[in-house]
Amino acid sequence: MKESKKKAPAAGKKQDFGVYMKRYWQLYVLLALPLLYLLIFKYVPMIYIQIAFKKYSIVQSVWEMPLAANNGFEYFIKAFNNRDFLNALRNTLVLNLLDLVIGFPVPIIFALILNELVFKNFKRVVQTIAYMPHFLSWVIIYGLALQIFAPSTGFINMILGSFGIESIPFLNESSHWVGTYIFLGIWQSFGWNSIVYLAAIAGINSELYEAASVDGAGRFKKMWHITLPGIKSTIVVLLVMSLGNILGSGFDRPFALQNNLVMDVAEVLSTFVYKNGIKGLQFSLTTAVGFFQSIVCVIFLLLANWISRKLGERGIW
Amino acid sequence: MIKSKSAKVGDWCFIIVCVLVSLICVVPMLNLLARSLSSTDALIKHEVYLWPKGLNLEAYATVLGDMKYIRAFFWTVFLTLVCTVVSLTMTTLCAYPLIFENLKGRSVINIFITITMFFNAGTIPNYLLMKSLNLLNNPLVLIIPSCLSVYNMIIMRSFFYGIPDSLRESAEIDGASFFRILISIYLPLSKPVFATLALFYAVGRWNGYSDALMYINKDIFYPLQLFLYNILNNINSVEVATQEGFSSPGLTESLKAAIVMFSTVPILCIYPWLQKYFIHGVTMGAVKE
Repeated sequence: MKESKKKAPAAGKKQDFGVYMKRYWQLYVLLALPLLYLLIFKYVPMIYIQIAFKKYSIVQSVWEMPLAANNGFEYFIKAFNNRDFLNALRNTLVLNLLDLVIGFPVPIIFALILNELVFKNFKRVVQTIAYMPHFLSWVIIYGLALQIFAPSTGFINMILGSFGIESIPFLNESSHWVGTYIFLGIWQSFGWNSIVYLAAIAGINSELYEAASVDGAGRFKKMWHITLPGIKSTIVVLLVMSLGNILGSGFDRPFALQNNLVMDVAEVLSTFVYKNGIKGLQFSLTTAVGFFQSIVCVIFLLLANWISRKLGERGIW
Repeated sequence: MIKSKSAKVGDWCFIIVCVLVSLICVVPMLNLLARSLSSTDALIKHEVYLWPKGLNLEAYATVLGDMKYIRAFFWTVFLTLVCTVVSLTMTTLCAYPLIFENLKGRSVINIFITITMFFNAGTIPNYLLMKSLNLLNNPLVLIIPSCLSVYNMIIMRSFFYGIPDSLRESAEIDGASFFRILISIYLPLSKPVFATLALFYAVGRWNGYSDALMYINKDIFYPLQLFLYNILNNINSVEVATQEGFSSPGLTESLKAAIVMFSTVPILCIYPWLQKYFIHGVTMGAVKE
């Protein structure tokens, strides 16, 4: 340990440290395994980010690979001249923005509605049902979507058909696919995401509502002037997080839902990296793409947090 | 308080909205269930909505008779159990020491942990790491790389913070070591948070397929979801149906429905019982210190 090298004046401290360690070593032992895990699985991969700036070669170690052309930025330049990448970038942005604009308010509205329910048991049942989709994997949701949205044989199109409406290609045609993708995203998460808002609503001082009732405020007035301001800080925190993730893309959802007919709108960065990197072996290019994505995510998160603090909100830290 | 008539009408409007929302959540599952139980004939004639037509258990019999499916199912059950136990252990090991304010280096450790939440090296660096650790095509890759979620660790830590310090201090005065305090005070009091996180980890493993897709080539190690994904996309797997001598599209459809049903049921049976715990867990995760 370091303190053994220290000179005489530190002797007292050294003894203190000995006493401290005698009692606290157990905690460090407990921490050793998790910290080792984080070091290996979260920090060591950062070493491999270099290959975004280097010419990948399977025989050399990461440190020995030669720098790529253009001061190492060759692959970033290549990416931004790559039509498929630009397409994936656009799709990631568009799908995330749609998720944000359409999907973000849904759990808030749902929480407000649940809060108005008078029968508590009914409320519990509705909650349980609304949480259910969160527990389904995207593969299963894709399986459900295949059955529900299938042209002509699907549930929805059978109903539409019985009204004489022509079948809609929910999954096989680009513009409809986008709608289905967004819908399924909301379907899967709105109930779950409402939990946080419900908790925030439960924390609002009930005297405020009583005072408002005395003043003659109706249901919607109370929602607007008490409930919403009461959960504003929660809304801001979650908004900052989703803005921070505007260029992020999960893998499970887009990969499970996409199919060859809609690839022009369905390919996002994560699936692009999987297909061109792990399947296509273009490691340098896809590492560059992934690195670009991570950096943009961090920048957006910091930016969104900074803005929310400027506006007088708490932010996420 | 006596409600005005318009307020009562309002109450009923909200109830109706909630019923509709619940229906939207449930109808796809009911439709699937009905399809899985229907006869091929009814499916081809497009007669199946929410109630099975021509009750038929053949699809389930086929699934249960298919060794490949059964193996994938039990392999996933096993994986899920192992993952949950390993992950809960790791999470406890990480969360417990961090509640001691006297712990030297605590703030550095906290920063070290927090950074991993906001910066991810990316898919390819992770892949290359697994490759260099010889974890590709190794079933351990489905357990180890995901065995600690910092988010879940924070939930557990907040729960530990909620346990009164006085309990811990009196044990310390009695000379109990930190191990001892963990085992005889914190663990017994933390059942709710363990239930919540066990659910989160178990669901994560049960539902996850991307790690297997990226790191595993041998289909004997495929977890259920990846197996299902391949079936849904007809990737070298229609054998399940054709093997048995059925090739009509109707049965394949009900077969797919039955398989999806089977893969969902375990979790759908568990989560409602843990509702009061996980609501608390999610809330704690959102309100970070």
